[in-house]
This record gives sequence, C-alpha cells and structure tokens, in this order.
Amino acid sequence: MDNPYTVPAMIAVTLATVVIGFYGLTLARTTSDFLVASRMVSPTWNAAAIGGEYLSAASFLGVAGLILKYGVDVLWYPVGFAAGYLALLLFVAAPLRRSGAFTLPDFCELRLGSRRLRTLATVFVAFIGWLYLVPQLQGAGLTLSTVTGSPYPLGALLVGAVVTGNVALGGMRAVTFVQAFQYWLKLTALAVPAIFLVLQWQSDGRPAVTPEAGAVFPAATTVVVEQAATLTLADGTTREVRPGEELSFAAGEPVPEISSTDTVNGADWLLPSTAGDDDRGLFATYSLILATFLGTMGLPHVLVRFYTNPDGAAARRTTLVVLALVGTFYLFPTLYGVLGRIYTPQLLLTGRSDAVVVLLPSAALGNGLTGQLLAALVAAGAFAAFLSTSSGLLTSVAGVLSTDLLGHGSVRDFRFATVVAGLVPTVLALYVSGLDVSQVVGLAFAVAASSFCPLLVLGIWWRGLTDAGAAAGILVGGGAAVGAVLFTVVGPELTGWPAVLIAQPAAWTVPLAFTVMVAASWVTRRRTPPDVAATMLRLHAPDALRL
Amino acid sequence: MVLAEVARRRTGAERTRAELAQQTQVGEALVRGLVRAQLALALRLSLVVGIGLGGLPLLFAIAPEVGTAKLFGINLPWLLLGVAAFPFLVAVGWAYVHLAERNEQDFTDVVQRPER
Repeated sequence: MDNPYTVPAMIAVTLATVVIGFYGLTLARTTSDFLVASRMVSPTWNAAAIGGEYLSAASFLGVAGLILKYGVDVLWYPVGFAAGYLALLLFVAAPLRRSGAFTLPDFCELRLGSRRLRTLATVFVAFIGWLYLVPQLQGAGLTLSTVTGSPYPLGALLVGAVVTGNVALGGMRAVTFVQAFQYWLKLTALAVPAIFLVLQWQSDGRPAVTPEAGAVFPAATTVVVEQAATLTLADGTTREVRPGEELSFAAGEPVPEISSTDTVNGADWLLPSTAGDDDRGLFATYSLILATFLGTMGLPHVLVRFYTNPDGAAARRTTLVVLALVGTFYLFPTLYGVLGRIYTPQLLLTGRSDAVVVLLPSAALGNGLTGQLLAALVAAGAFAAFLSTSSGLLTSVAGVLSTDLLGHGSVRDFRFATVVAGLVPTVLALYVSGLDVSQVVGLAFAVAASSFCPLLVLGIWWRGLTDAGAAAGILVGGGAAVGAVLFTVVGPELTGWPAVLIAQPAAWTVPLAFTVMVAASWVTRRRTPPDVAATMLRLHAPDALRL
Repeated sequence: MVLAEVARRRTGAERTRAELAQQTQVGEALVRGLVRAQLALALRLSLVVGIGLGGLPLLFAIAPEVGTAKLFGINLPWLLLGVAAFPFLVAVGWAYVHLAERNEQDFTDVVQRPER
C-alpha cells in the first residue's frame, strides 16, 4: 500500500506521546507522584485517561475484525468491555478508593493482613499484565507490516522500546496526560473516517450488507493465498489452492468461501445463533459475558487509576464518565465491521480480518487524497491504541514488581522494574507470533474475572473472608483459568464441549473461584482479621465524615 | 453557661462519631446497615442489567423471530447490542451513583444530627 501519509502520522503520534510524557516528567518529582499522580488529576482527565488506557488493539482493531467475520454474535465483546465498568462501579469503585491501597497487592494486605497473599496477588498481576501486553506488541508488529511492509519484529520492538522508555522516565503522572490525549485521538481516528465511510456508502446507493446472491467484490481484487485450502465458488464447484497462488477477481464477481478461515456467511452472519442443534454457542456467549462483565475490575492497569481520585465519590463519578466515554467509542467498530463486509470482502479470504479498520478507508474511498489522509488517521489511532494500553499495563506491572519483588518502591526501583517488566513481553512477542490477538485478550479477562473479581467483591462486601480462603480461591479459580489459557496457547486442538470449556472458561472458573473462596474462608473462619470492623467502616463510610 | 452549651452540642454528633470509631454496638449496627443498603442497591441494579442484557442471548435463542424483526430497516439484535446497550448501561450507572450517594447522605444525617 503506497500511502505517503501513514508513516508520518504514526511518527507524529509516537513523538506526541514522548513529548507529552516529558512535559509530565518536569512535574513528576517523588515516588508518590510517579505512582498515583499526586491524586490531583480531575475526574474528566482521569476518566479520559482510563478510557485511553483501556481501549487497546483488541478494541480498536479486533472488535471490527471479529464482527466482519462472525456477525451479530460477537457484539457481546464491545458490550461486555463497556459493561465491565458498570460492575466496577457497582461493587468496587468507591470502597476500593477509600481503602487507600495503591495496587491490588496493597488491597490484599490492607484487608486481610497477609504478606503471602500479597505475593500471590503480585504474581497474578504480572501474569495478567504480560498476557495482555504480548498481543498489544504483536498487534503493533502486524499493523506496521500491513501498512508499511516493514518486517514484523520492527513494530513490536519499536512500541516496546518507546513505551518502556516513556514509563521509566515519566511515571504515571506523565502517563495520565498521555492516556487522556490517546483517548481523544482514538475516538477521532475512528469517528471521522466513519462519517466519510457512511456518506460514501450512501452515495454508492446503499449496497446491501448481505445481498441475496452472496457477497461480491466491489472492485477488481487480487488475493495471495497464504495456506493450502479448499475454495468453494458461488456455483458450488470446489477447487484446491496452494500457498503463494494468486487469485484474481473482477469487480462484481461473487466472493468464494474458503476452508482455511472460519467465517459466518449469509443470513447466519446477520442473525444471532439460535438454540436447537447445540447449546455450545449459548454457553460460549454467556461465558464471554461473564468474563468481560467481571474481568474489567480485575485488570491491574484499570484499578491502579482509581487511586488518582481524591475520594470515593469522585471515584464513582469518574467510573460513570469512563462508562460513557467507552460506550461512545464502541459505537464505531461495529460500523467498520459491517461496512467491511461490503468494501473489503477479500479479508474473509485471507483471514486477516483484524486489518479491516486500517484497510477500509482506502478500500471504500479510493486512493485519492481524502482516502489516504483518513487511512493515515486510522493507522495513527491504531498506533495510539498500542502505545497507551501498553504504557498503562507496564506502569501497573512495574509498580507492583518494584514494591513487592524487585525493590522497595523508590523511583530507581520503579525504573529498574519497568525495564524488566517491558523486556519480558517484548521478547515473548518476538518469538510467539501465531497467537490470535482478540482471543488472548479475552483469556486475560477470564483470568482476571476468576482471580481478582471474587477477591475484590468478597473482600469489600463480606466480613467473613480470610487470607487462607482468598488464597485458595485465587489458586483454584485463577489457576484453572491460567491452565485453560496455557492449554489454548500450547496444547493440542480440541473439538466439541472440551474445546468450548477451554476456549471460554469463565462460565465455570468464576463460580468455582467464588465457591472455593467462600468455602475455604468458612472452614478457616478463626483467621478472620481482628480489625475487620474498622476496615469495613473505612471502606464504606461516606467521605464527608472522614472517620 | 457557654461551656455547658458547647458540651451539649458536642454530645450528639461527637458521640455517634466516637461510637463509629470505637466500634461500639451502636456504631457496628450503623455501619452494617449502610453496607447492607449499598450491597442491596448494587445487587438490585445488577439484576436489572442481568435481565435486560443477560436475558438477550436466551431470548434470541428461544424466540428466533425476535432476531429477524426489523426496526428502521435494521435487524433488532444489531440495534439492541450495537447501539442501545451503551446508553442503557450509562443510565443504570447514573442511577447507581445517584442512589448510592443518597444512601450515604442518609447515613451522614443519622451520624451528624444528634437530636433525631
């Protein structure tokens, strides 16, 4: 793709990130500045920062790609990603802020007074953080190679280095400004081209998304086959294709189906999956809902932001603003997925559906100036998504590592921990390039929902929780989810029910974690912390009383 | 005279605060009541979302005609999940913030108004 504006746009985003980071650096002086931005960030800034941090590659690219492939059923991803903030608001936001803890391990120690539980929480924070970081860096590598044709490792290394350097030098104060800027950039980068795309669709005479006769190529298209597969043409004949083979299609020719990518076609794409022949689809949907609704509160880079609110009431209001900002953003990926069905059907053949957001502007608007500028804007937004989410994740992972495992929380320890925490996922991203971006992010949500969600909800609302119970719940529930993740990544391919149970584990691991945590706490009820009444008072008493 | 007045003013609010801080039985009961009220509120609103959103996959599965229904030329599930879900979530969140702050205000009033 020859677009002279893409590379400058991505360089501009990276430079802006670094410059705003250094502007913050002149303000950041002490360790407390670094970790909680002095608690002087206003709710609107803070909410934009949380949104900017949260909307990752999976949201910016992955959601639209999934919709292109699978249709209405995967709309649960954006709904769940937003609804997670409602669960956070209802059960966690204000009490967690009032607890005065900086990080999840801090909360463990404050509520249950156990050093060993704190270490266990640190290990889980690092695991979830890295699980989430690897696909971000991979996404950066893939986008850069799609847009500029550069080798894959370059993008991963570049984002890894920029983010590590920025976090190590600027800390979280800098990151707050960077993140808030990134939210608005990402929203603009999706919303402005979306307006042009809808206008173009209007002026093209509103072509149907799912035409009766099946999808057709809007323009002459050449597709290079990447793996051996069976092509089913519109007239029902099949033919084998080999890697490297070039397939040419004329404008108006129907899009064939290919066996190497798993897509949903015709009316099935438009309609939700129905009951009847099997309940696996329904189970997977509910599992996904549970993971995304409950997983958000357990994501370390989201929680750490709550300490930058001045008090519990502000934490609540911030969360509500985040919910509105994130919800606004998620209106747009759906539009890209749907229009991608019309203008970029070749992605259904190549299977690189994650590229739909980046490729759609030039595919629909042509390679004129408008098309090129909008394509560059979208590419810059995608880059912002990688930079901001990776920065947030890295800050929180480095924060817990520097206070609990690698040092005592000084600025030097934080910088050292940042380099270590950034190196691990960068190296992993270079060696593991076969992972599916959206799926891995979904698994990170499942692990968070099965470990930190029960810990936070029971810790905040139930006096009976004990350290032993919490540890047992995290180890059994979170451990089961981690096992499912590792099995998905390195294990053999499964079919039938075991495949669904492993690929979408939340529906059984979350109840398991809650049950084990409650049961083990009840068995060890003599270990209930003696100061639980004082802690409850602190978590729930209104801020105005300042008890 | 003045001292007596100060002492009288102290008694109510200060005593309740002290009861809270020292975890006397009265203070305990107050905090437990607040926690229970806030948890009940959160659970009630989760139920609203659980039925309003969580019921949709089941509805689509057992009543496929809902999935094929159209509004403004767009299939209903696309409108419900792609658009309507987000304002619905924000509305529930707004209601929660409002009601939770009222619960807290009630608690603060009890603590700070001695002559109840």
